[in-house]
Amino acid sequence: MRVPLASLARSPRHSTFLPGHPAYRAPLPQRWSSSLSRKPGSAGVRFPGAVDSKFTNALHFERPATYPAIPTYRALSPDGDIIDSSFTPPSDTLALSMYENMLSISIMDLIMFDAQRQGRLSFYMTSQGEEGTCVGSASALEKEDVIFCQYREAGVFIQRGYTFDNFMSQLFANKKDAGKGRNMPVHYGSATLNIHTISSPLATQIPQAAGAAYALKMQRLTDPNTPSRIVACYFGEGAASEGDFHAALNIAATRSCPVVFICRNNGYAISTPTLEQYRGDGIASRGTGYGIDTIRVDGNDILAVRKVTKKAREMALQDGGRPVLIEAMSYRISHHSTSDDSFAYRAKVEVEDWKRRDNPITRLRKYLEKKSLWSEEKEAEARGRLRKECLKAFAQAEKEKKPPLRSIFEDVYEEMTPETKAQMEQLRGIIERYPEEYDCSEFEGGKDTLSP
Amino acid sequence: MRVVTRIPSRRLPSSVPRARHNVRNIPRHRPYSTHPPAARLNTPTDFSTTPLLAHASQSALQNTELPSEVRNGTTKRMNLFQAINDALSLAMAADDSVILFGEDVAFGGVFRCSMGLAENYGSERVFNTPLSEQGIVGFGIGAAAEGMKAVAEIQFADYIYPAFDQLVNEAAKFRYRDGTEGRNVGGLTVRMPCGGVGHGALYHSQSPESLFTHIPGLRVIMPRSPIQAKGLLLAAIESNDPCIFMEPKALYRAAVEQVPIGSYTLPLSKAEVLKEGSDLTVISYGHPLYTCSAAIEKAEKDMGISIELIDLRTVYPWDKECVLKSVRKTGRCLVVHESMVNAGIGAEVAASIQEDKDTFLRLEAPVLRVAGWGVHMGLMFERFNIPDVARVYDTIKQAIEY
Repeated sequence: MRVPLASLARSPRHSTFLPGHPAYRAPLPQRWSSSLSRKPGSAGVRFPGAVDSKFTNALHFERPATYPAIPTYRALSPDGDIIDSSFTPPSDTLALSMYENMLSISIMDLIMFDAQRQGRLSFYMTSQGEEGTCVGSASALEKEDVIFCQYREAGVFIQRGYTFDNFMSQLFANKKDAGKGRNMPVHYGSATLNIHTISSPLATQIPQAAGAAYALKMQRLTDPNTPSRIVACYFGEGAASEGDFHAALNIAATRSCPVVFICRNNGYAISTPTLEQYRGDGIASRGTGYGIDTIRVDGNDILAVRKVTKKAREMALQDGGRPVLIEAMSYRISHHSTSDDSFAYRAKVEVEDWKRRDNPITRLRKYLEKKSLWSEEKEAEARGRLRKECLKAFAQAEKEKKPPLRSIFEDVYEEMTPETKAQMEQLRGIIERYPEEYDCSEFEGGKDTLSP
Repeated sequence: MRVVTRIPSRRLPSSVPRARHNVRNIPRHRPYSTHPPAARLNTPTDFSTTPLLAHASQSALQNTELPSEVRNGTTKRMNLFQAINDALSLAMAADDSVILFGEDVAFGGVFRCSMGLAENYGSERVFNTPLSEQGIVGFGIGAAAEGMKAVAEIQFADYIYPAFDQLVNEAAKFRYRDGTEGRNVGGLTVRMPCGGVGHGALYHSQSPESLFTHIPGLRVIMPRSPIQAKGLLLAAIESNDPCIFMEPKALYRAAVEQVPIGSYTLPLSKAEVLKEGSDLTVISYGHPLYTCSAAIEKAEKDMGISIELIDLRTVYPWDKECVLKSVRKTGRCLVVHESMVNAGIGAEVAASIQEDKDTFLRLEAPVLRVAGWGVHMGLMFERFNIPDVARVYDTIKQAIEY
């Protein structure tokens, strides 16, 4: 039952809650599991740490190898045929827009990768091979749902409405960049789209997602008129080795947070193959250990990812909220980033093989073609159009001025501290005394924005 | 192993070690906290007479920093943990978005700071978390990012390090990296007991404040007394910047004063001149202020001088102006803190004093620091490590005789 919190709180005006104080209340009686009396005929004592464990007189260690690997759910065959008979495909309009979104990302990736190679931006990360995981899962979320990302989720941004202009402003760190030119490229964020700004430290967003989900749950408890919302949190299989992953899944489970954890397992963390990342059955096998409902899905099957996320979202809102874990399997076709040459640690033939064998874009295209929704001509038209749009945004963003220099000092605290103001003055002074040493011309407003 | 002991009649400040067994093993004779019989300087702080605490309602309500309706109200005798409990309770009563969580907070906390709060405000708002500091702080950041006032407790400051990444790379940088999107985690307050307690050894005594002061974006606060703890904690919860609130655990039960009943905040990033003087400035914060106060009393009597005492209260962003103004007046200065001398708060204060050209010209002696040695807090050696009255007294002497 949902009750406003205010009614739960007997709010004394002031109280220190010590015996003798009028507002003092004796602690509520609590029944600990360890105090439960033994049922007649029970197999023995019930340990508080594992109340449902039965005794056995057979000495037997649990061995991971004896368990079958968690299966990978698929709705669409690599040839684009629906293989889950219970499956309701998305509307044609939605399927087409999802396809275009994947296409947009893959086109933007090629352009921006080359742009970095030409030295026109400092850094870039593509998401080739993982467009399906991101676009598919984002399509199943509601607008109000809050999202935390790692960095390889451009598909999530575009599916929610991020435009080429938004991407380019951030990548070129110009004055239209919401991050005010402070973050490395690819660290997108959007308050209107309810996606938190990306930060480089891996896995830090996972416990934050649990806390954010708890906040949404509390807000709905306080005001039942707010829509029920979830948090979706993305991370790679490498990040799942961080302590923050463990902390997050555990606290999300104990606090019953409405959060869907989406792991992109693409086989590599930079150069490290999964064999050196873990020895269990991927990430999915860990979920149940935390008491979390878990599923593994084919990340190259955008429709399966969409369906699984939709269902996970429903589950996350049941029983007052609970976490769900999705492991989406894919292959990182691209290099890790522009600072990485992945052929230093894996064979080119392996990558080419994956590209040919299975790709989320190709698979959906086959499905659309079989439904006569897509064709060679449409493909050529769409590719040409999207490329043009992307290049137009690129050219505009590159021309744009950089954010004002004042942005260096703003937003560290809500208000600029006297110390920060003094340092801003110092910077302006040095620029004024040594004008030939500094070029402020590309920054909006030049050095004058450094005035208090 | 459960140690069953006779509980002594006197309630002494005691830390609750992290190990989950009962260690209230306090014999009447405690070799680790006795002082030499002939001691004139190193005698225990008499909290019932120290000028740093308001022993009467009247003196508590004279505080001009308090709002008038609070000054016209009444007071109640509280120790530091009760004042913190009072502040938490007032914050939770005033705002539904305040939540309180951490290890063992639901039953009242190992230092009793959250007593009665779960019963009064419900288990959704006051709850235990799994034993994971990085989880606690990460969870708090996420909750604050979505509009909650998240008050996270770290059981001892010594255990904040697993959460260091979340504090440094996430909480401190959240507003900055979000830019014009405008999201922030100002709703986050991280509370932690800190400082020596007589027998805390390596992992129940640390004061890591200077580590946080090297991070732009965090406010680091340490109160000296119950009145201060209540007002500064309410200010930290209200503040739109993430705050690290460090509670000197030795004062939880020891420091008792008349605390105003109403809800009030005290200004952050503002130092307070506790005592005016003209020959020397002593700057400190937290527990050592009592040591400084005792040393000043003796030094003024013995040396016939007048000493100014300043409590920084917020160690970052700190009130440089107040300190510089005082040192320009006195020309001599020492900084006192428990944590290691190297790169501690004293280093920043001293550097800022000599860097300010007007103050530098007024200096009559080098700026001196009295602080913990560059060592860890060995169990049997705490009283030789934490600055005591003799060390502060001696340093005052050095500054005056320079």
